[in-house]
Amino acid sequence: MALKTEEMTLNMGPQHPSTHGVLRLELQLDGEFIIDVTPHIGYLHRCFEKHAEFMTYPQVVPYTDRMDYLASMYNEFGYALAVEKLLGIEVPDRVEYIRVIMGELQRIASHLVALGTYGADIGAVTPFLFCFRDREKILSLFEMASGARLLYNYIWVGGVSRDLPPEFLRLTKEFVDYFRPKIKELNDLLTFNKIFIERTANVGILPLDVAVNYGITGPMLRASGLKWDLRKNDPYSVYDKLEFEIPVGNGRMGTVGDSWDRYYVRILEMEESLKIVEQALKQIPEGDVLSAIPKRIKPPVGQVYGRVENPRGELGYFIVSDGSVNPKRIKVRGPSFVNLAVIGELCKGHMIADVISILGSIDIVLGEVDR
Amino acid sequence: MIYEYFSNLTGSEVLASIISAFLPLFLFILPFALIAVLLERKVSAHMQDRLGPMRVGYHGILQTIADILKLIQKEDIIADQNDKPLFNIAPVLVFAGSYAVFAAIPFSSSYLGSNIDLGLFFIVGISGLVVAGILMAGWASNNKYTLLGAMRSAAQLISYEIPTIMIVVTVLMVTGTLNLKEITELQSGYFWNWLIFGGNIAGIAKYLLIPFMFVGFVIIYISTLAEVNRTPFDIPEAESELVSGYHTEYSGMKFAMFFLAEYANMFAVSAIVVLLFFGGYHSPFGYLGNTLGLSWLVPIEQLFWFTFKGIGFVLVQMWLRWTLPRLRVDQLMAVCWKYLIPIAFVNLLIVGLITLL
Repeated sequence: MALKTEEMTLNMGPQHPSTHGVLRLELQLDGEFIIDVTPHIGYLHRCFEKHAEFMTYPQVVPYTDRMDYLASMYNEFGYALAVEKLLGIEVPDRVEYIRVIMGELQRIASHLVALGTYGADIGAVTPFLFCFRDREKILSLFEMASGARLLYNYIWVGGVSRDLPPEFLRLTKEFVDYFRPKIKELNDLLTFNKIFIERTANVGILPLDVAVNYGITGPMLRASGLKWDLRKNDPYSVYDKLEFEIPVGNGRMGTVGDSWDRYYVRILEMEESLKIVEQALKQIPEGDVLSAIPKRIKPPVGQVYGRVENPRGELGYFIVSDGSVNPKRIKVRGPSFVNLAVIGELCKGHMIADVISILGSIDIVLGEVDR
Repeated sequence: MIYEYFSNLTGSEVLASIISAFLPLFLFILPFALIAVLLERKVSAHMQDRLGPMRVGYHGILQTIADILKLIQKEDIIADQNDKPLFNIAPVLVFAGSYAVFAAIPFSSSYLGSNIDLGLFFIVGISGLVVAGILMAGWASNNKYTLLGAMRSAAQLISYEIPTIMIVVTVLMVTGTLNLKEITELQSGYFWNWLIFGGNIAGIAKYLLIPFMFVGFVIIYISTLAEVNRTPFDIPEAESELVSGYHTEYSGMKFAMFFLAEYANMFAVSAIVVLLFFGGYHSPFGYLGNTLGLSWLVPIEQLFWFTFKGIGFVLVQMWLRWTLPRLRVDQLMAVCWKYLIPIAFVNLLIVGLITLL
């Protein structure tokens, strides 16, 4: 007599330690194996896009902070670029360099959270705290410049809210020198750990065609083997004056596009970001950062799509202006939201423990998924 | 012997056995669990560039006591859908299973709860009780996460008992006794008489045994790590997947019982490793008491050495926990069935041949 077995439905989240926020996953299980995953989102929906229609253009900036709260600087950066494109204003060189330095420091900080929590998802708690220790230094730098540690409101349309403090450049240089060996420490502790490789290599393989079909961007797309980075492919700000590489996944420990590749691309990107910060620190000119900030923003009737390479992928702002001080419509193309869609494909046939590790390797921020 | 001492004192065998069974518990293991929890928090904190608990007492030394007081005061939540009898029994079983082990462990030559001839067998058997408790807890909580945790835990504990028992049998072939005190006495003298260095056997067999004893030690250490659910084998309570596994639904003192049992278990398995391979309570370099002619000092020194070695292994467990990631459940089974059991089996055969020589 064959035993009758049933599928089990397991509800993971929205209160769960490793769904990285209030994501709810509905798992169909056969024992420990996944048959299907359905993500349910919207627990953190705050109507950002609707709110923005009742704000003036500068007032939207603090709202962008609250989307991807681990990469606030880059959200402001993208928004500022889009509105500047709409207005057709040029910003001083110093502002561009400040933005790039902030953006790349933010990328390191964001990746540190991604890598640290990924380690914690797999069961290694110590790398998580090491990552947060180093992120703390970046947050202190941001605090020095903007007065805030998480939601900065620093990059404004046409400039930045205030010039860098006098000590900032020296301390940033110190941070770059401090942080280089820490990447190696993280590699020794986690990246090349046998158990970690066992857990992540060949898990959640994302083939390139699937990635392109789903519109995946950022480290996830690059881990699948495509050299696509808006900083190179559609350069904005002063990225064309800086030298850096775009790391791609090569299946070093398993298959191209597996979780380990996604993890390792982020490690390599941190090194590239350090390079960018170093160059920017050398090239940054003197000048006024407030001169280009418009007194009153009233863009002409029209629409614009501005996009930047956020730590998680392509962050796009589609802004429609009706000629008034309020935007008529703002639509955000958030990388976390788009990247999350593929989780069902990645998880099929894996085990419960792998759902966590795949979700961690996608690196979502629910603030931006739900907006 | 503690039992003889009390039976002379009270004149009642029943009373004496009760006292001698409970004395290690209250004198040593409960305080040890309290200390170990604090130690774990401090060790992990310092490994992670943190300070750990600092507020309660000097450098936070009273933190665990404060925690326990808090847990005692907390509401004991039993959900409507729980299977109440099982839910209530489970923590007691786990607690009893973990603490009963200490009844047979000789802390020193005169501090031993019960000197039974089947000591080793008793330890292996009684710790199997824990599996039942965990399964009950997972089932009675009526929660899918706890059920998954309990299933994983049962599979893991039962699988990893096999290599453990094989190594125990290996040691048994060398020593020829299951009495833990006798096993310890066989390893008396200096540290080269410890079983990991081939034991106190004359001739070439001692030297032939060393590599196989070492393999045995590594295997039993790995499998005991799995038996106490420590990283890299903490799959049953994998925090990031199953919230906290089979004890997710427990609160208050029942949770504390699981918690204390876990820490008691850490010492219990370390104690077994110490007993089997590292000379039990024997000092590695002779006793100060013997040199000075103070015979009452010797048992105290032995207690010190036993605790010292045991806590040493507990620290290694903590070190591993805060360094390594966690294996997946199928990889965990693969480690046991594909590597540990075959190696343990071959090891058993070879040690058998050597002892025949």
